[in-house]
Amino acid sequence: MSMTMSQKILAAHAGLAEVRPGQLIMANLDLVLGNDITAPVAINEFAKFGLSEVFDKAKIALVPDHFTPNKDIKAAQQCKQMREFAYSKGIENYFEIGEMGIEHALLPEQGLVNAGDLIIGADSHTCTYGALGAFSTGVGSSDMAGAMATGKAWFKVPSALKFHLTGSLSPWVSGKDLILHIIGLIGVDGALYKSMEFVGEGVASLNIDDRFTVCNMAIEAGAKNGIFGVDEIALAYLKEHHQGSPKIYEADSDAHYDAIYEIDLSQIRPTVAFPHLPSNTRTIDEVGEIEVDQVVIGSCTNGRISDLRVAAKILKGRRVNRKVRTIIFPATQRIYLQAMEEGLLRTFVEAGAIVSTPTCGPCLGGHMGILAEGERAVATTNRNFVGRMGHPKSEVYLASPAVAAASALTGRISNPEKVEEL
Amino acid sequence: MKIEGKVFKYGSNVDTDVIIPARYLNTSDAKELASHCMEDIDATFAQKVEPGDLIVAEDNFGCGSSREHAPLAIKTAGVSCVIAASFARIFYRNSINIGLPILESPEAVKGIKNGDVVSVDFSQGVITNETTGEKFNSEPFPPFIQEMVAKDGLINYLKEEVLG
Ligand code: SF4
Repeated sequence: MSMTMSQKILAAHAGLAEVRPGQLIMANLDLVLGNDITAPVAINEFAKFGLSEVFDKAKIALVPDHFTPNKDIKAAQQCKQMREFAYSKGIENYFEIGEMGIEHALLPEQGLVNAGDLIIGADSHTCTYGALGAFSTGVGSSDMAGAMATGKAWFKVPSALKFHLTGSLSPWVSGKDLILHIIGLIGVDGALYKSMEFVGEGVASLNIDDRFTVCNMAIEAGAKNGIFGVDEIALAYLKEHHQGSPKIYEADSDAHYDAIYEIDLSQIRPTVAFPHLPSNTRTIDEVGEIEVDQVVIGSCTNGRISDLRVAAKILKGRRVNRKVRTIIFPATQRIYLQAMEEGLLRTFVEAGAIVSTPTCGPCLGGHMGILAEGERAVATTNRNFVGRMGHPKSEVYLASPAVAAASALTGRISNPEKVEEL
Repeated sequence: MKIEGKVFKYGSNVDTDVIIPARYLNTSDAKELASHCMEDIDATFAQKVEPGDLIVAEDNFGCGSSREHAPLAIKTAGVSCVIAASFARIFYRNSINIGLPILESPEAVKGIKNGDVVSVDFSQGVITNETTGEKFNSEPFPPFIQEMVAKDGLINYLKEEVLG
């Protein structure tokens, strides 16, 4: 039977020659992830196994990123539990705040993700690593506990949607606009249970950061995973970050897809998701006058170096609108350092923005930029549900770093293509 | 494994906030969670439900922020099986992992009304509406999922079957 990329990775990890959609399998994992919110619950479940050791100290990653640096006493307790577990079990990939970053930017950067890997994480945006040709998906806390004990997890083999990309993106249009466009097209459950597979000659025009952004938001369409074919760009990234040799899986030419979408990248416009669903999208040409109080640039969706470069290009030599609180948070320490060396941080501060240490912070309404009642933010994050960034009566508009930076200058949602006029 | 019970039927997009309202999430005590199960959609559910009863619902059951509290509340309330046209993904996993049997069958959902008595044979994947005599097929659970459910969830299953 012919298989998709995702199905082939699952089959290989289950020791099966083939799998079919709907089949339930038990598979071996290459990496298990948890953070300061989900790991404590999983650690309590893990205790029920009565094991003194985890299945593999090198294959578990624990990242305190959501409420760190410790936001309050409750957060401090959670982090403490995770830290003590990590040290007592000798977990190799525990990242204390000086080494850390937002988990989904950090793991690929640290060389913990390889093409062909099977990865689960107790965090829904674990799907990000599909950019490197891995199968990765979010799970619950029992799954994480079971995986830490056994190195295994069960899966229901997904069917898939194919996104065939052609052309290339216009200036100021990015992977964020592409994925927002797609979610607007298929809806928040448009890919429920399914894989989203991105292929075609247009892939070559997307840099690796764009691909991370696209896969990151696959879950916002309900998908189990998002995955790109592995090409030179992905291989170059892996070569720089990962020690091992990549395993490349390609879909069979006659693999079945539930639907195939043809997307011409040159037609994608800067796109904004209005409250309160990521599928509630409009192109920049249709947004109208939306004033904003805060701009947030960062997160596991858009806190990578190319995101910061785009924002800096727009903010360079300009000042943000005095009414707009502009918060920029690089996703990892390494990205922070790189941004410093490239002079981006200076650009941001000179423009009147603030730069935060890597943290999930405002993305989930945790800390470092909570919205008050009636306030509006443009954010490069991935969710704009009710109350996501603070007060239940606040609003989040999802957009690219370019749109966010342009909006910071004007105080209303603005088109980065017109940056010269701003 | 076979179960039989009376059906509580609901519509589409029953979310986890309806299954167990967020205001009760300050406890993880399963009995307390169960006493508020479905409260915001069906105020008398927790009093009326009897051990063995089933929930039948349309599309996307369990959507929203899927914590394990939601399937846990349903299971502890005595529900023996949830049948839906489709489930939200993480709810599906979490249900199996805590040992709550769930089945997808759009046909069965169409053919079952509130209050009907329904039986399920998990090894065959056969759902029978005992009130009307109609039978529906769903994909039977493979042996290891059946065992996982029989062993009351993932942790016990892995403990016995994988670690030995
Ligand atoms: S940045 Fe936001 S979406 Fe990403 S892991 Fe943190 S809280 Fe989740």
